[in-house]
Amino acid sequence: MVLNSILFYFFAALAVGSAILMVTRRNVVHGAVYLITTLLATAGVFLLLQAEFLFIVQVILYVGGIMVLFIFVIMLVNLDISLLQYQFNRQRFVAAVLALALGAQIFLAIKMGQKSLFPQASVPEILPKNTEAVADALFGHFMLPFEIASILLLVAMIGAVVMAKRRV
Amino acid sequence: MVPVDQYLWLSLALFTIGVIGVLTRRNVIIILMSIELILNAVNINLVAFSHMFGTVDGQVFAIFVITDAAAEAAVGLGIILAFFRNRETLLADEMDMLKW
Repeated sequence: MVLNSILFYFFAALAVGSAILMVTRRNVVHGAVYLITTLLATAGVFLLLQAEFLFIVQVILYVGGIMVLFIFVIMLVNLDISLLQYQFNRQRFVAAVLALALGAQIFLAIKMGQKSLFPQASVPEILPKNTEAVADALFGHFMLPFEIASILLLVAMIGAVVMAKRRV
Repeated sequence: MVPVDQYLWLSLALFTIGVIGVLTRRNVIIILMSIELILNAVNINLVAFSHMFGTVDGQVFAIFVITDAAAEAAVGLGIILAFFRNRETLLADEMDMLKW
């Protein structure tokens, strides 16, 4: 399955490259567009992992819902002032070094546990009828977390309306 | 067949970039977008392990993470709008009203 590998490395390079561009661009709109590219590349990775339902959820909900919300807010706030300001804070070097140290720690942890973590890494698993299986798990075994998540969404909706209202 | 650890490396790279974005940027919207990037990296891990074990539990968890991300984005952007209306700025350094 050489095509699988080529597609995976293409999507991975696309995701990492546009993520780097996202955190370094000065213009917030450009950052949002690069984040959309990253999310679409991640959706492609989900498709390679045979998670078709999550692929479509990622495209419709993340890119079509959350990112549109971000772009609406970017349009509502004033961009002209923030374009002239310096975009990185004072502790940026220390912060970047600490973040890279965190990444190196996780790298070492995965590297050391690679043999015991992935005993069956090369076994190809085929999950037939992905959407059906996800629905069975979601409405069967994970019923209570599903209801809690819906209450969370209701609370978030009310909170967003209250926060964005002009006069409370 | 791509081995599972390749997905973990991709997830690690995205996570580290997201952490760097949260810690070094001053713009609050970029910080929120970096948090979305971190949640997305976690989703890749969950789906990769779900694929490896041949169950859909990881994918259900990823759906819950996406739900969380949506709720967080809605409330966070509402707070940003309210803050921008009061202070006319988007910089995280200026958010010091609880300091005094």
